[in-house]
Amino acid sequence: MTKPKQDERDRVAALIDQNLRLVYSDLVKEDLPDRFKDLLAVLKAQDTESGGKS
Amino acid sequence: MNRPKKGSDPRDAMLDHLPALRAFALSLTRNGATADDMVQDTVVKAWTNMDKFQPGTNMRAWLFTILRNTYYSSRRKLNREVADPEGTMVAGLSVKPDHDGHLNLTDFKKVFETLPDEQREALILVGASGFSYEEAADMCGVAIGTIKSRANRGRARLTELLGLDGNSPIEMTDNATMAVVAGGGSVLR
Repeated sequence: MTKPKQDERDRVAALIDQNLRLVYSDLVKEDLPDRFKDLLAVLKAQDTESGGKS
Repeated sequence: MNRPKKGSDPRDAMLDHLPALRAFALSLTRNGATADDMVQDTVVKAWTNMDKFQPGTNMRAWLFTILRNTYYSSRRKLNREVADPEGTMVAGLSVKPDHDGHLNLTDFKKVFETLPDEQREALILVGASGFSYEEAADMCGVAIGTIKSRANRGRARLTELLGLDGNSPIEMTDNATMAVVAGGGSVLR
């Protein structure tokens, strides 16, 4: 009685994780807004300006 | 003086992690504008604290940790806690899979978003982004058992809300019966 129940729970958990991965990978695939590339460029430029001295 | 050569600067690797970082932020905040602000804050913090990053360790985990700390401290500040953190107000929100057990992804998302932050976070970290329980525990600053129990409670709640309970045949649509089945769950408080 308990074994099929455990099997069923495992099956459901696997189904949930599979859907989680789908949802998450959809989000990862979204285009990265330009503001982040711009931000990294600005941060890099600031570092170059300060020359890394001090 | 000991500044690493340009090619080995860990800052150069940051861009590669941003899509995943943003996906994590979106899952956590459930709001695009807030998520992007969180990512921006995280990038600036990480950039200026890069000397605290240990080369050779997992940069993605490090960035995720900064982001979640940012999120939880701003949440505390805003004190925007919902009066119903366990989501009982969505108790009526229950979707059923098709007869072949196929889940509608939109329904899944909707229900997932009703889970408490800690459960969503645990499920995203270990269920979706492939971190180990140990890594996730480390990132969240809790014991491995805590992450496991958060993930399990999240799965149990999703099972319940999505009507995936093995004991309830999908055809069983009678509300009273469904409530009895749901009442057997251990996550109700």
